[in-house]
Amino acid sequence: MGELDVTQLWSPIRLTIELAFITTALLLVVGTPIAWWLARSKARWKEAVATIVAMPLVLPPTVLGFYLLLLLGPNGPGGWIAGLYGARTLAFTFGGLVIGSVIYSMPFVVQPIRNAFEAFGDRPLEVAATLRASPWDAFWSVAVPLARPGFLTGAILGFAHTIGEFGVILMIGGNIPGQTKVLSVAIYDFVETQHWTEAHILAGGMVVFSFAVILATMMLGRRYGQQGR
Amino acid sequence: MRMRASWLKFPMAALASVMIVASMSAVARAAEVKVAVAANFTEPVKEIGALFEKATGHKPVFSFGPTGGLYNQVTQAAPFEVFLSADDKTPAKAIKEGHGVAGTSYTYATGKLVLYSKTEGQKLGEQALKDGKFAKIAIANPKTAPYGTAAVETMQKLGVYDALKGKIVEGNNIAQTFQFVDTGNAEVGFVAYSQVALKSGGSRWVVPAKLHNTIAQDAVLLKTGANNEAAKAFLAFLKGPEARKIIEKYGYGFVD
Repeated sequence: MGELDVTQLWSPIRLTIELAFITTALLLVVGTPIAWWLARSKARWKEAVATIVAMPLVLPPTVLGFYLLLLLGPNGPGGWIAGLYGARTLAFTFGGLVIGSVIYSMPFVVQPIRNAFEAFGDRPLEVAATLRASPWDAFWSVAVPLARPGFLTGAILGFAHTIGEFGVILMIGGNIPGQTKVLSVAIYDFVETQHWTEAHILAGGMVVFSFAVILATMMLGRRYGQQGR
Repeated sequence: MRMRASWLKFPMAALASVMIVASMSAVARAAEVKVAVAANFTEPVKEIGALFEKATGHKPVFSFGPTGGLYNQVTQAAPFEVFLSADDKTPAKAIKEGHGVAGTSYTYATGKLVLYSKTEGQKLGEQALKDGKFAKIAIANPKTAPYGTAAVETMQKLGVYDALKGKIVEGNNIAQTFQFVDTGNAEVGFVAYSQVALKSGGSRWVVPAKLHNTIAQDAVLLKTGANNEAAKAFLAFLKGPEARKIIEKYGYGFVD
């Protein structure tokens, strides 16, 4: 068993938080226009796009991990991108994990934002248009503030879901300390090697964290619900 | 209400028939033995299992995984009856901790480590490791997988471990390590010889046995299987000439 090594615990925690922050930020940037389009578009095939976005909810992480391993690898687009700076693959890199996490957590961010955009209907935007606001202006000063609860929920869920990601990272990460050895993988390692003290500390922390996150989203929901948007 | 009832009828009937079929097949079966198998032995044990079933009528059910992970499940009352480990430490521990039956463990195979690359005609060997002309080298997690430990020992013995450390990527078990190399994500990797023995193509270097401790793979009868004839029969069959032939074919050795 040996002494308890705090750096062994801290490195995966920090890495995981970094991954979750970057992923959430990217998801807000990428997910908002998608959510907006899904909410406003009249295109008949938009539900097909919505389905693709939602698929990581249902697909086993092993399916995503398998395809990502091929896509990020030397024979896939990831390998091509890596080739631009002289590497061979995006697998086993922090960037690779970010790509995987963005895909994996996408539905958790897009869905709440889309719902929020749909909830306030056409009316506020029509009013903004009659007040001669440009669509761009109306988006930022009307739609985004009105959809704030959706953004908050999406950000919290996307963040939390990325923190808890395991299967995909196990398959594309390569377990490199400080680069791809995230919290869930570290816990798995500790359990496998019967280092149950360390496993308890990290796993217990995750339980508390999950409780706090879900409680926060529920309270957010209640608060905004009571204001009777 | 009527609609609701008829909507329920089909799933209920389906469930009932599934339960009947399941209980019938349990009766019809001679005996079943649940075997936990270290990932590297996946292919040979499937072949051995087919022969075993033909010879004895007993049905083996295999669960594959990393040795450490499987043993963890054993400590938490997993229903496995026989354990084919990738090392000799875990079966010894199983006996010591009261999960294995004393006196039943033996080395069913010794593993060979191989440095493997998907690229054809590559010169793999000590020199290749010393040159280190690759971005990533895959090994199995040395903390949980014996082939990973052997890989680290080999690199240390050759004095290249510190130089290569930054290029190492770890597979969760030897199967995943092979996957990293097979998909080309890592150019080279230390895998089990059994994984490439029957494959053509690629480049390989069988690591000389003197570069690492022997990878003795031990089997043990677990307490859950102590009274199961099929479990004992499987362990005996694994020692027999038919099984040995298959084990050899996959590039494993024996202690004797």
